[in-house]
Amino acid sequence: MHLLIYGCILGILLGGVYGLMASGLALVWGIMRVLNIAQAVCVILGSYLAFTAFTVLHVDPMLAVLPISVVMFVFGVGIYYAFLRPIRRDRESLSILVTYAIAIGIEGALGLIYTTSLQHTGTSYATQSFEVGGFQIPTVELYAFLISVAILGLLALMLQRTRLGRALRAATQNPTAARLLGVDIDRVSAVGFGIGISTAAAAGAVYGMIYSFNPNSHYDLIGILLAIVVLGGFGSMRGAIVAALILGVIASVVFIYWPLWANLSFFGVVVVVLLFRPQGLWGVPNWATQ
Amino acid sequence: MSRATKAGAIRAILVFALLLALPFVFTDHWIVNIAFFGLMFAVLAVAWNLIGGYAGYIWLGSIAFFGLGAYALAITFQHVPLTSGYLPFFALIPIGIAIGIVSIPLALLLLRVRAATFAVVSLAVLFVAEIFAFNLDGLTGGPQGLGMALPPFVVTTFERPFYLAMLVLLAAVMFCSWYLAKSKFGLMLFAIKGDEDRARGLGVRTTTVKVIAFALCCGFTGMAGGLWAYYITWIYPQFAMDPNTMFAIILMTYLGGKGTLWGPVLGAFLLAPAKEYFAYTLGGSAFYLIAYAALFLLVMFFLPRGVVPTVADFLARHRRRAAVLASGPRPAGEQVA
Amino acid sequence: MSTVLSIRGLIAGYGWGDILHGVDLDVEVGSITCIIGPNGAGKSTLLKTISGLLAARSGDIMFEGRSIVGCTPTSVLSLGIGHVPQDRSLFPLMSVWDNLLMGGYILKDQALVRRRADEVAEMFPIVKERRHERAGALSGGQQKAVEIARSLMLQPKVVLMDELSMGLDPKSRHLAFDTVVRLNRAGRTVLMVEQNARAGLAIADHGAVMEAGTVKLEGSGKSLLDDQEVARLYLGRIDGSALSEGSTA
Ligand SMILES: Nc1ncnc2c1ncn2[C@@H]1O[C@H](COP(=O)(O)OP(=O)(O)OP(=O)(O)O)[C@@H](O)[C@H]1O
Ligand SMILES: [Mg+2]
Repeated sequence: MHLLIYGCILGILLGGVYGLMASGLALVWGIMRVLNIAQAVCVILGSYLAFTAFTVLHVDPMLAVLPISVVMFVFGVGIYYAFLRPIRRDRESLSILVTYAIAIGIEGALGLIYTTSLQHTGTSYATQSFEVGGFQIPTVELYAFLISVAILGLLALMLQRTRLGRALRAATQNPTAARLLGVDIDRVSAVGFGIGISTAAAAGAVYGMIYSFNPNSHYDLIGILLAIVVLGGFGSMRGAIVAALILGVIASVVFIYWPLWANLSFFGVVVVVLLFRPQGLWGVPNWATQ
Repeated sequence: MSRATKAGAIRAILVFALLLALPFVFTDHWIVNIAFFGLMFAVLAVAWNLIGGYAGYIWLGSIAFFGLGAYALAITFQHVPLTSGYLPFFALIPIGIAIGIVSIPLALLLLRVRAATFAVVSLAVLFVAEIFAFNLDGLTGGPQGLGMALPPFVVTTFERPFYLAMLVLLAAVMFCSWYLAKSKFGLMLFAIKGDEDRARGLGVRTTTVKVIAFALCCGFTGMAGGLWAYYITWIYPQFAMDPNTMFAIILMTYLGGKGTLWGPVLGAFLLAPAKEYFAYTLGGSAFYLIAYAALFLLVMFFLPRGVVPTVADFLARHRRRAAVLASGPRPAGEQVA
Repeated sequence: MSTVLSIRGLIAGYGWGDILHGVDLDVEVGSITCIIGPNGAGKSTLLKTISGLLAARSGDIMFEGRSIVGCTPTSVLSLGIGHVPQDRSLFPLMSVWDNLLMGGYILKDQALVRRRADEVAEMFPIVKERRHERAGALSGGQQKAVEIARSLMLQPKVVLMDELSMGLDPKSRHLAFDTVVRLNRAGRTVLMVEQNARAGLAIADHGAVMEAGTVKLEGSGKSLLDDQEVARLYLGRIDGSALSEGSTA
């Protein structure tokens, strides 16, 4: 029982970080119907940037989150204009292939720069933990969770309260109407993609403190992120966050009892979703997306 | 036989005659080896095209069935003494049929969703298969992989039997592809690609049609996997079910022309040697990935429809212009043939 | 009277073929112009071309003396043409109030946007009452009201309204037409498309009949209503029931 609760706690902490990674995926899907397979490799890219900031410049990853987000935002906007905007026909399918190519391109570039050996951002508090009610909570995981929640909070605030946020939501829910009201869908898409990539990298910066990574790690990660958006319902950020928490808990608990099969639990959930609710938890009603 | 099918038959016979002659003309190991991989990718691409090209579903789990076929043969090897040379080739037939049948319930589950969701879920199939291959080490040998006895073929022409077996497989899958495209069944698949809801509304039994295409794709892919396993004699999960191989198959199909009969074959013949060459010279390194990504993007942006449709369009326009210039009393169709 | 919107030889379409085959139409300042015509005549296509959603292939659209052909929807909007499209155009998961604010999206001054929103909400009680609800949770008629309200956020000179009364009950329809008249009295020019041809023409100063991508007939609203030919072809049978429907509208 104790172990079970402990698994749930760790699962929620990790789920928060996954939620940040996956919410960017959902946002991008919602705005432009692009399934960004490169989301996971951008997480790893963020991990490497934080790793470099830490080992070379001795900047704490949690401080590096902000500059990394800004740089990766610009990177994302660039990727949008270079590779995604030109896809006019059959975007839903082609974008999967194009973003996959981008993913392996980035993977290759990371391999060139950092080699393929495993790295880890080993901060001074990386091995610390503290006790709450008999549970050993690792410090980094708590920090990572808190940072993820903070960023998600900012993102939600931006989406709810600002002009840009309204435009992003409008473009998601009814692109034609948004265009009629003067929203430049292209610009909004570029910004949305930039935000998606920068949240991925921000999550990556803290992810690299928890786990070891190499350029290849994005394969495992993208499987997890995609499972999350399938469960949450494509294009729903709220769904993605809730799904990340659910899956984080399930995977952590499975990990405690059967460590080898933890990743399988993600896909097991996908099968259940397919059987009972193909549109996911928060699938947007059909007419809203047309 | 109509004029078009006769021309098509002649083309097919010509190509297969050349392919049949190849290992007897060029006996260098490396040439036959690369040609074997060319054929293998052609089989995989033609099979993928059944569901990915004809029906327009981005099916990312194909390579899981390649791995399944590979493991099926390798595991059979562990328990049944099949070592006598050509017998494993024949074992591929029941394996392929079994895989095709096994894939049907999976198809029924997966085909509940479409488009991007289908792509994601099918990618999940690949990841799940990989996890099983790694973790069921009692059966698959886990990360250490699974070996088979070395095939007892003459060293000088070692690759030849595998090459010829793969050629037979290619002929079979191409026959299926051709037959499907020509039949009412093919029309149904095209209808699904155009507008699935409308097709269903018009009474096309969309599920049946998709499931059959799916099962054929999986069965042939599995047979190719089994043959590959026997050829390289030792399989590891990360090679038997490599996502990069999956996307390579798709890239080949797109390059040649998805939804066409010969496109996937052409794409495979163009890219498989390049893939082997770069894997050899760049050794699966970072450069290899970058080159692969660049090639992928080039194809996607500059040849999204593929070589075959583009060339066919060009020729058609050229002929039409020629017909107009000739402006004789004969209808254009006569000259085309 | 002067024309605010003048369309000449307009050709437009979606994929291969053209849908509009040379449309000519003038809209007078301060008028209500009503376009009627059978399904698929290209009425919606015409409005979409005016508002820049669809590119014109040939011909000209003059707004206040300058050509707006080739303008983006954003610039058409900022020149002073609002468009309430035929199909649902609210953002269903956003609140009614956020929908209204989106109407002022091209304004940079957020204080001005809020002020306009308050003004518009005064005219449309539904917006005020249910400002915090998700727009998708409103009934079809209520959604239309919010759409009209939203189109007024920029105080457009010309409002394009596509089948306002579609799916509305008789009372709401009455209300909707009332709103149009009210807007018009407040100085806005209205170009509307209407399937409820009688009711539409009844409030219109000017009417036009579109068929197969061209304007077949034009005239004052009243003259079209009285025209035997128009009545037979486009207004339905002239018997007791049709007449009584016309008189209630
Ligand atoms: N998005 C589109 N893509 C392709 N064709 C379209 C599109 N929208 C409309 N059309 C075609 O354009 C033609 C005119 O359509 P339009 O919507 O302008 O008709 P309408 O006069 O508004 O009819 P209704 O009274 O039914 O609204 C129709 O034949 C329709 O098939
Ligand atoms: Mg219409």
